[in-house]
Amino acid sequence: MKANCWYGKHDVQVTQVPDAKIINRRDAVVKVTSTAICGSDLHLYNGFIPTMEKGDILGHEFMGEVVEVGPEVKNLRSGDRVVVGFPISCGNCFFCQKQMFSLCENSNPNAWIAQKLMGHSPAGLFGYTHMLGGFAGGQAEYVRVPFADVGTIKIPDGIDDEKVLFLSDIFPTGYMAAESCNIQPGDTIAVWGCGPVGQFAIASARLLGAERVIAIDRFPERLRMARSKSGAETINYEEADVYETLMDMTGGLGPDACIDAVGMEAHMPGLLGAYDRVKQAIMIETDRPAVLRQVILACRKGGTVSIPGVYGGFDDKIPLGALMNKALTIKTGQTHVQRYFRPLLERIQKGDIDPSFVVTHRLALEAAPEGYEMFLNKQDECIKVVLKPGMTTYH
Amino acid sequence: MTTYPTGESSRRLSESSLSVQRWRQDRGNGLSPQAFLQDINGEDLARFLGWFSIGLGITEVFAPGALARLLGVKKRPALFGFLGIREITAGIGILTVRRPGIWLWSRVGGDMMDLALLGLALAFARGTRGRVGAVTAAVAGVTALDLLCSEQLTDGVGRGGAIRTGRSIHVNRSPEEVYNFWKNCENFPRFMYHLESVRMAGDKRSHWVAKAPAGMKVEWDAETTQDIPNERIAWRSLEGSTVSNSGEVRFERGPSGRGTIVRVAVEYRTPAGPIGAAVAKLFGREPGQQIKQDLRRFKQLMEAGEILTTEGQPAGRARSTSLKFDASSRRSAHAKGAFERSEAFQKEERL
Repeated sequence: MKANCWYGKHDVQVTQVPDAKIINRRDAVVKVTSTAICGSDLHLYNGFIPTMEKGDILGHEFMGEVVEVGPEVKNLRSGDRVVVGFPISCGNCFFCQKQMFSLCENSNPNAWIAQKLMGHSPAGLFGYTHMLGGFAGGQAEYVRVPFADVGTIKIPDGIDDEKVLFLSDIFPTGYMAAESCNIQPGDTIAVWGCGPVGQFAIASARLLGAERVIAIDRFPERLRMARSKSGAETINYEEADVYETLMDMTGGLGPDACIDAVGMEAHMPGLLGAYDRVKQAIMIETDRPAVLRQVILACRKGGTVSIPGVYGGFDDKIPLGALMNKALTIKTGQTHVQRYFRPLLERIQKGDIDPSFVVTHRLALEAAPEGYEMFLNKQDECIKVVLKPGMTTYH
Repeated sequence: MTTYPTGESSRRLSESSLSVQRWRQDRGNGLSPQAFLQDINGEDLARFLGWFSIGLGITEVFAPGALARLLGVKKRPALFGFLGIREITAGIGILTVRRPGIWLWSRVGGDMMDLALLGLALAFARGTRGRVGAVTAAVAGVTALDLLCSEQLTDGVGRGGAIRTGRSIHVNRSPEEVYNFWKNCENFPRFMYHLESVRMAGDKRSHWVAKAPAGMKVEWDAETTQDIPNERIAWRSLEGSTVSNSGEVRFERGPSGRGTIVRVAVEYRTPAGPIGAAVAKLFGREPGQQIKQDLRRFKQLMEAGEILTTEGQPAGRARSTSLKFDASSRRSAHAKGAFERSEAFQKEERL
């Protein structure tokens, strides 16, 4: 079968690999009909996240048709149409039973690496680093899905792939980020980063009743999408000072909750931005936490900082003094996707939201390398790329 | 650090000292007769050596002259200062670290240095030879204590080639379920990948076959020495076993019924010769690591019903996993694939 594999910094290739097959008893094999490139794939593409190996199959946002199930998978059968959540979760451990699926104890065969770095290991993930399990991902024609009985949601016929594909990651991720803000009537939510996760955080904040949502980015098309699709107010941080503008907009109170939907590769003009770039380049800092700093300083006293953005390691100059003295609450984590499967599918079915609004490009699986370049450089106003195995022409 | 409810203050101990204490109890029960010296409490001794180190270090740094006169050696404040700082560092290390093994070994190294210096002093001493000799004897005595203490408090190989270690893990199942699975020791090879088979031979007896390098096998018989349902199982190998070993597993009900904390402690005694070397290699240089992995797999079996592996998945390279990062999964899959292990699955396959 064909799969999109990682071979190094800015080097992904679609190559022929052995077919995906059942390995464990709770596995299923899914024939992929749609798969997407995620912002966190770009972190791998840029070579910032350690424990990748040449030949790893990428992709953790995918859906398709079940073609084979292991003997312990009782709730799926061949022919079922499913979306697969990006964390791999056993469903039975302490964390899964508390619906904290991304903290599953039993899905990372390389837990010891993560444990050394972080004290404990989170769940294994599809198409990510070996520290998080080294599982083959879904940017492929077929994918093996471990713990398939827990990690999938069946999709009824009649709903387009693109409407439900993002249940795999970015819709629940944006939704959880907004839910973490504990939105009260009258609240103002500020969202840094208007990439796909940011867009869903903005849309979800609206769904959850936020009165005002302020979106921050520098790409006009992304800010335009936030305004037109979710009715957000916007700040272009290259044109205005973010802190001053936010204070001005809120009468000095600051946003009630701030969402960092950017993460470890924040782009930041000025000295501090350059400082992080240098430190990251010489590997004495793993992340560039410019947005996180700004978020903490801008958030209203007693407010909530919600971090769906990915961070990988150790960060400098985080204003813990502000965090403490302003009595902020921090909420973060990889998304507990399975927790949101059903409620969000219902919202889609009811017509509360149509997640396909973020899709700007549809490519054949074979065009994955172009897709990565395009997404990375925001060419052609690219916001979200969907790859279609079997598609022969570009749309 | 874990704290326990009042009334159980004797159990208010860190995990490591808990297992140290159990070993001491086991020895007291005559499980494995040890030299008299080993019954000295290693942790008390370490505390003494830590303070001794600091005291001596301070003297060396601040009163080198007086010390030199006492020892009957030449006054060398710089050398004494260096030695003093070394002593103080080791002392602080021993007193502040939970597992002071490495700092105790650093003291042994320091003792060697001191003995070498004293040897030099002895060679060149004029008139104070007797005094230097007495000091050398005293340092040799301290060296013996340091050695003893280091061995006692180092996880792994102890005196006489005994390897002892222990680990614990939380399992999200009731003590009853965990105990029932563990009680049937024929289940062990499913998560202890170094074992080939365990066969029950009667009510309390079992026959164990372990894999050793180069296709060798090691076999022994064991008996259950204690079996308290849902609480504790203890075993030891029978006389004449190639690998003399004993151990226990405890099942502690988690707080508010949150699953079970499984605590395993084992001791191996490997024989001399090639088989012994093979067995030592088998259990690894870090036997605790082996138990940790075994327990992780045990937890996966109990909670998820299977041990997840990436061995056999597709990849855009020759092997399905990464040599660099997936060592444990590859080893385990090779030892005996979790997949092939399951007979039920193979039956289904055949259908």
